[in-house]
Amino acid sequence: MTADAPRGVDAPPELVQLLTPEGERVEHPDYDIELTAEEVRSLYRDLVLVRRVDLEAVALQRQGELGIWASLLGQEAAQIGSGRALTDADMAFPTYREHGVAWCRDVDPVKLLGLFRGVNHGGWDPAEHNFHLYTIVIGSQTLHAVGYAMGIQRDGAEAATIVYFGDGATSQGDVNESFIWASVFNAPIVFFCQNNQWAISEPLEKQSKIPLYKRASGFGFPGVRVDGNDVFACLAVTRRALQNAREGQGPTLIEAFTYRMGAHTTSDDPTRYRLADELEAWKLKDPIERVKAYLFKNELADQEFFEKIDAEADALGKDVRSRCLALPDPRPEAIFQHVYSGAHALLDEEREQYLTYLAGFER
Amino acid sequence: MTTLTLAKALNEGLRRSMEDDSKVLVMGEDVGKLGGVFRVTDGLQKDFGEDRVIDTPLAESGIVGTAIGLALRGYRPVCEIQFDGFVFPAADQIITQLAKMPLRSLGALKLPVVVRIPCGGGIGAVEHHSESPEAHFTHTGGLRVVACSNPADAYTMIQEAVRCDDPVIFFEPKRRYWDKAEVDLAAPGLPLDQARIVRPGRDLTLFAYGPMVKTCLEAAAAAEEEGRDLEVVDLRSLNPLDMGVLVDSVQRTGRCVVVHEAPVFTGFGAELAARISETCFYHLEAPVLRVGGFSTPYPPSRLEEYYLPDLDRVLDAVDRSFAF
Repeated sequence: MTADAPRGVDAPPELVQLLTPEGERVEHPDYDIELTAEEVRSLYRDLVLVRRVDLEAVALQRQGELGIWASLLGQEAAQIGSGRALTDADMAFPTYREHGVAWCRDVDPVKLLGLFRGVNHGGWDPAEHNFHLYTIVIGSQTLHAVGYAMGIQRDGAEAATIVYFGDGATSQGDVNESFIWASVFNAPIVFFCQNNQWAISEPLEKQSKIPLYKRASGFGFPGVRVDGNDVFACLAVTRRALQNAREGQGPTLIEAFTYRMGAHTTSDDPTRYRLADELEAWKLKDPIERVKAYLFKNELADQEFFEKIDAEADALGKDVRSRCLALPDPRPEAIFQHVYSGAHALLDEEREQYLTYLAGFER
Repeated sequence: MTTLTLAKALNEGLRRSMEDDSKVLVMGEDVGKLGGVFRVTDGLQKDFGEDRVIDTPLAESGIVGTAIGLALRGYRPVCEIQFDGFVFPAADQIITQLAKMPLRSLGALKLPVVVRIPCGGGIGAVEHHSESPEAHFTHTGGLRVVACSNPADAYTMIQEAVRCDDPVIFFEPKRRYWDKAEVDLAAPGLPLDQARIVRPGRDLTLFAYGPMVKTCLEAAAAAEEEGRDLEVVDLRSLNPLDMGVLVDSVQRTGRCVVVHEAPVFTGFGAELAARISETCFYHLEAPVLRVGGFSTPYPPSRLEEYYLPDLDRVLDAVDRSFAF
């Protein structure tokens, strides 16, 4: 593939796919999934709602209500499929783009917005959701996830860890160290790489000479490439990898082959570095349309269902917007809070001096 | 009372911590069967098993990064960085993750991780084995930074560090590992954030920590023969600083000299000099002087006796203070 060719237009041969872009169920020799009509409708609902939250966040940023936003547009299936594969006991470590996984872990979307609005750096309790805080330094969280998995091992718990990262992150030392650690300690972890083809402006060719999932073999564990726009396949492949991890079979690298339909973040301008043709080609592989087509064709949902989901999405968008705008700005003393678990003479002194200084303006 | 080397005192402290709390883990390169290159973890793997004393792959970022993950799962990892100069691959995890995660979680997360770093020169080592990187970490909010200087403190401070719910960067003076002293294994130590006056005096205060405390005590003994009564304060904690003890000392003596191995330029002594100037201005008979390394990379070991502060350079600074 040359740098100018549309990426992934011809599906790579090793791709696990259970639902085609046209909404046809296909068989795969190694992976299968049995889903009830209710489960498929529920996945569809997830996909639509997280896309709606994402669109609302982009709009909020455009209106100056968020400092920045990292859109998940196009990656909904990878995130919902893998997120719905998790049990309550499993632990997820996200990047800053896993809004769909956060949804699966019952993290209020408004809590995600807090970080991008600048009212805090995170602000949900990771232990309450088994969903760690967003990590902005690329790849750092892979080591945290492996350490956490080593803790699960020591606890003898029936659980696994999943860690998310992108194609660009695979060049980071921490990610490679985490592969080594997971391998030699046989840690119960799933490495879920969303290869969305672009690390800001750099195409995959700048990160790797081989398909990313093949990296795993060099570290001594299996790698699999899945159609990242196929929620059924993402669910099936992740479910299997998590189960293997829980059963003591060690790590798996999943490469979810997908596409970043939007900009890297709202500060980015992808027209400077990629072709419109490529985007058009990927639009035909939309993760939501194929589930809708599947539901329609198999008469698993009617028009009323789709309208109901759309209405729910609109209501959610409005709710997220209004609660985002109502987020209170933190008080200045919040600068000093939660830095240390207890008293800290230096910080206590700085806080007291600064608050006294500020109080001088109120007299 | 038991006679212990500083390394053995740390070993006994770690052993006590591991006995007291089954969540305490020790991890690092060669910490298991070998017992660490300085033998600080000697025998711990034999007694506590490979799940609690973990020989890690040779990757410092991995050591601290996975320690963070273990702490998130409820463990209290004590990481060993084999030598000061090798902490830099882990600096990203320490500075961007370990220090900031509690704030990021609005206090929901505690990260009781100890990062032990043998520091300083004086052992005739090759490059990267003699550095004093403390200022990199004292400059990072969210970390506590401490340095032990003697066996008794080593024994209690490592236990306090393990008990602390915040990340602690724990500096160990590697050239003092083999120094022996009486240690009372039953005596409670000072709280982790307190300084100690290790030699009271009236005429001038020497501030030091880690390996330079002994050098300053020797300098004070020599000065006594010349009729000068020097006070020596072992800072013990660099972040936070126990300003009460420091200010009280300088207000009594009116003069002070800060001594550390790290380069003087934007070194830890600069912070001390500024703070003492701000708090003790009208008590000072002379400016705060600093003795330390030069603004160069650490030299080859045949030159380190010229680079490292010693008794004479400390006394030279004392003379300069009195000359004002």
